[in-house]
Amino acid sequence: MEFSELIRTGQAQAELLRGPEMPPLRGTLCVTGHHLLLSPGPQATPDLWLLLLRSVDSIEKRVAGDAGTITLRCKDLRVLQLDIEGVEATLDIARSIEALSSLESVITSFPFFYRPKGLRLGEAWHFHPPERYYKRIARETRAWRLSEANEDFSLCPSYPRAVIVPRAVDDDALARSARFRQGGRFPVLSYYHAPRGTVLLRSSQPLTGRQKLRCAEDEELLRAVLAEARPGARGFIVDTRSAQAAKQARMTGGGTEAKAAYPGWKRLHRPLERGRPLQESFVRLMEACGDPEQSMDRWLSRLDGCRWLSHVKEALSTACLAAQGMEWEGACILVHGAEGTDSTLLVTSLAQLILDPLSRTMAGFQELIEREWIQAGHPFQLRCAHSAFSHTRPKHEAPIFLLFLDCVWQLGRQFPLSLEFGEGMLLALFDHSYASPFGTFLCNSEKERCLCEVRTRTHSLWSGLNQPKEQRKLRNPLYVPNPLAIWPSVEPQSLRLWQGLFLRWTHPPEPSEVAWEKVWQIATDQKTEGSQPTDSASEPQP
Amino acid sequence: MEHIRTTKVEQVKLLDRFSTSNKSLTGTLYLTATHLLFIDSHQKETWILHHHIALVEKLALTTSGCPLVIQCKNFRTVHFIVPRERDCHDIYNSLLQLSKQAKYEDLYAFSYNPKQNDSERLRGWQLVDLAEEYKRMGVPNSNWQLSDANRDYKICETYPRELYVPRIASKPIIVGSSKFRSKGRFPVLSYYHQNKEAAICRCSQPLSGFSARCLEDEHLLQAISKANPANRYMYVMDTRPRHRMQSWWATQKDIGRIILNAMANRAAGKGYENEDNYSNIRFQFVGIENIHVMRSSLQKLLEVNGTKGLSVSDFYSGLENAGWLRHIKAVMDAAIFLAKAIMVENASVLVHCSDGWDRTSQVCSLGSLLLDPYYRTIRGFMVLIEKDWISFGHKYSERCGHLDGDPKEVSPVFTQFLECVWHLTEQFPQAFEFNEAFLLQIHEHIHSCQFGNFIGNCQKEREELKLKEKTYSLWPFLLDDQEKYVNPLYSSTSQKPAVLEPNTVAFHFKFWRNMYHQFDRTLHPRQSVFNIIMNMNEQNKQLQKDVKDLESQIKQHKNKQTDGVLTKELLNSVRPESPALKTSLCLKEQTLLPVNDALRTIEGSNPADNRYSEYADEFSKAEPAVVSSEYGVARMTC
Repeated sequence: MEFSELIRTGQAQAELLRGPEMPPLRGTLCVTGHHLLLSPGPQATPDLWLLLLRSVDSIEKRVAGDAGTITLRCKDLRVLQLDIEGVEATLDIARSIEALSSLESVITSFPFFYRPKGLRLGEAWHFHPPERYYKRIARETRAWRLSEANEDFSLCPSYPRAVIVPRAVDDDALARSARFRQGGRFPVLSYYHAPRGTVLLRSSQPLTGRQKLRCAEDEELLRAVLAEARPGARGFIVDTRSAQAAKQARMTGGGTEAKAAYPGWKRLHRPLERGRPLQESFVRLMEACGDPEQSMDRWLSRLDGCRWLSHVKEALSTACLAAQGMEWEGACILVHGAEGTDSTLLVTSLAQLILDPLSRTMAGFQELIEREWIQAGHPFQLRCAHSAFSHTRPKHEAPIFLLFLDCVWQLGRQFPLSLEFGEGMLLALFDHSYASPFGTFLCNSEKERCLCEVRTRTHSLWSGLNQPKEQRKLRNPLYVPNPLAIWPSVEPQSLRLWQGLFLRWTHPPEPSEVAWEKVWQIATDQKTEGSQPTDSASEPQP
Repeated sequence: MEHIRTTKVEQVKLLDRFSTSNKSLTGTLYLTATHLLFIDSHQKETWILHHHIALVEKLALTTSGCPLVIQCKNFRTVHFIVPRERDCHDIYNSLLQLSKQAKYEDLYAFSYNPKQNDSERLRGWQLVDLAEEYKRMGVPNSNWQLSDANRDYKICETYPRELYVPRIASKPIIVGSSKFRSKGRFPVLSYYHQNKEAAICRCSQPLSGFSARCLEDEHLLQAISKANPANRYMYVMDTRPRHRMQSWWATQKDIGRIILNAMANRAAGKGYENEDNYSNIRFQFVGIENIHVMRSSLQKLLEVNGTKGLSVSDFYSGLENAGWLRHIKAVMDAAIFLAKAIMVENASVLVHCSDGWDRTSQVCSLGSLLLDPYYRTIRGFMVLIEKDWISFGHKYSERCGHLDGDPKEVSPVFTQFLECVWHLTEQFPQAFEFNEAFLLQIHEHIHSCQFGNFIGNCQKEREELKLKEKTYSLWPFLLDDQEKYVNPLYSSTSQKPAVLEPNTVAFHFKFWRNMYHQFDRTLHPRQSVFNIIMNMNEQNKQLQKDVKDLESQIKQHKNKQTDGVLTKELLNSVRPESPALKTSLCLKEQTLLPVNDALRTIEGSNPADNRYSEYADEFSKAEPAVVSSEYGVARMTC
């Protein structure tokens, strides 16, 4: 298929309105296979304005007289307005954008064509393989091994090729256990908490079904985990569904671990919202954030009504519970919900941030996302197909990853010195997870990425972000390594709406950006130990 | 002393305010003449000033003892369990007596002695000089003059002696106007904008009774508008909500109908100026609610956030029901209207409410703060409070309930002002020289009665109490501790438009956790950005100084010595300044730095502080033999 078939008109004259604080832009509008361009004409100095079509979430067109207006709502929550000359041109452009922004084919998407200067293909794709994480664990304990039983993705299509499992369990047993778990996601190691010798595992729900089936290998696997941790160690299974929902899952073949079958393990139910209700919460929050005219009462009631901050609180407190189990109770923790690809990952990744100082560094955080989200099989392609503005009926969309970023932001606000990355990093991850020129967030699993040859044919986001010119935006100038666990407060008074994200485009936080520059300046002045004396008010070097 | 029966009770438990599992600390409770002191088993001290106590409650006896709940005006809430009911009863009675004094002379300020001599104390009181402040604004000038009409508080008891009025307003006009205004509070100058030649004036509502006109008052308003050469019309801002005014007229009408029908119609003009009688005036209602609404709003807010196990949903619906942020927004909107009238239209503005000492003070002072960067400095903010609040007779003693008096007079008017300023500091992080701790400290002292500034209800009363001789002023003590209150990001140069134009879209108003949960340590961020930036700044300054020293050394050496010796010497002197050493030094300092209560640096924090630790009770339900979390706390902190 050629893109040109979908482009109905090459170009048109248009004016672009980009929000309250930005000046409008006038020039020639142009639709290409992956972009919308606006070239301001020869006399104007500013560069070309460019929008990745993939980031268009919804499009609205209106015509009046011989002109038209297109409103583009983007996945990064921006709202843009294009005033276009000519009715025909407006309709053609709108249709072209509609068609091109909803292409589903992965291998024709922009990352496969993006070839930025200064980056080499294949770079940074090998930054964070599971092997590397395994080496880190192997230095502490001999109880775990790297299994390549999933080499051809036959055990579990959503797991990576190599997973970390108890040394005492062989690959055959893994295969049996995989058959007993939904989607083949048998329990694997997520995090080894070296200070206490405890572990965090994740899986999907066991397929006990109505008949209350059991699986000896699966039981053996979990028994081995406890046995290797410490004689008499206890385990907790954090089920991210309510007890009721877990029981109901039996009707459809799922279920949860029976007490008698897993001695030493105890189940805790911490229901977390997922799927459509979470997506609706996000949509309602954005509706509230899009209305600057509303009264204080209305705003507070909508903020309450969308329940987003309740979800943040629940996610954080469940992660804290898991972390606390490992740190204070010396227990092993297994987290799962149903599929084990959404709220499960939310809990395991947050628990690691709380406990593990390494995951709070720039490199460690990237590794965490690569390991616990991308390679762990969070279906980004499905979950992030649309963001809050889409009119189409949501199918698989859910802002679980956004919820994770929000929780990290809350951690960063409560421990402003303990994270090496700043708000800019979280915003960048949000933007790229929904639409990106890089290949990192493409596809739903490692298997799909292999089929599409994502690693060899696209650039990695990490190589893009780790360029020196990006650092000032992404790093936290106040970072001081903190070897302790960071236990956040989850009281409603301590949680705040993430204005930097949800209100990013409606309220450009100019004064706070200037203040942030000043913080950078103070921090960098200090690190260059006053080599440039005096004149601290001068503009910082970019 | 006669109120204290028991001075010391042992084995008292201090409950965690938010814990649903009755977690507590055990310690000893001491009662002194001025404070209640609790020392827990870790030797941590909790001091509560008697004047800060808003409410003491003795709850029903439980098996573990007698609960005593104390709520403070600085939003501290403590919940003690006293083992013996007798002791609890004694303490309860003593606190009831000690927290509500009958006479000014029994307040803490009259016994507080910070070891200063008389001349130091006097200099402290002279730190803020309002005559100097009016000079800074540029008055007196050709249009405005100092009036001696109130020199002996004859015209208005609640105004200061020195008042600035339009030059063309003669004394009879002033006297006539003052009779027409509630409590004699006639229109006077509050702030003069030098560039625009426009003024903020303030007064109380017109008191027309049944004769709805006063020619002198009309003259005085005309004089104010004439004193502004740039614009002939002026605004009269009534800060009260219009609907309330209307219902108020309605009741007036009813009364009138009973007395005499004809008079009732004329009574309709009471409450605010009749537009027909005044020329060149534009009316504006801005809708700030009265002190009673504000008091109950705060009460509701405190009830919500004091709830144990509060859910996010309850918190936000509670915030909405309390209406507190709506009121804050109303005050802010009024101040913005005021500032715009002056900046955009060059118009003078006269502000009033009912008596002109609550809402009027809020709007005038906030308006001036938006207009003039000086008020955003540490010293300027003190001047602003002295001018628009203290000298113009905001009734601190009544509003803060310093003495045992009418509880209906208590209202958080000044707290709202501080909160508005805090919102501004959040929106403009570089515009203010002071930080949040400064605002909290001032709030602490309007209730503490430790210093004389906020005692009494007006200047006349303060003079009669001889506060300047018998008590100390707060301001010099704040200035001495200045480094605690400095905003490290402050930049006086970055304020290109000197006028602040805050955005009052609902999104921008947030719950002020550091005020209303000041003492609930577990709710706050665990690390303080403030301290680290202060340290970095200090260090940068030190390094710059070092560089200068070295440069001057180089110069000296160049003058007298050969090259070989020079490099050697330089190397020696440079080494101690190596960055690694400096940093480690700095880090050490950081942990030693005395930390203000409001801006705490918390080591790592621990889960036992947080509510989710209570879910973890599920962990231990089955087998009680696991490590108790209390043990964990000890391990974590050491």
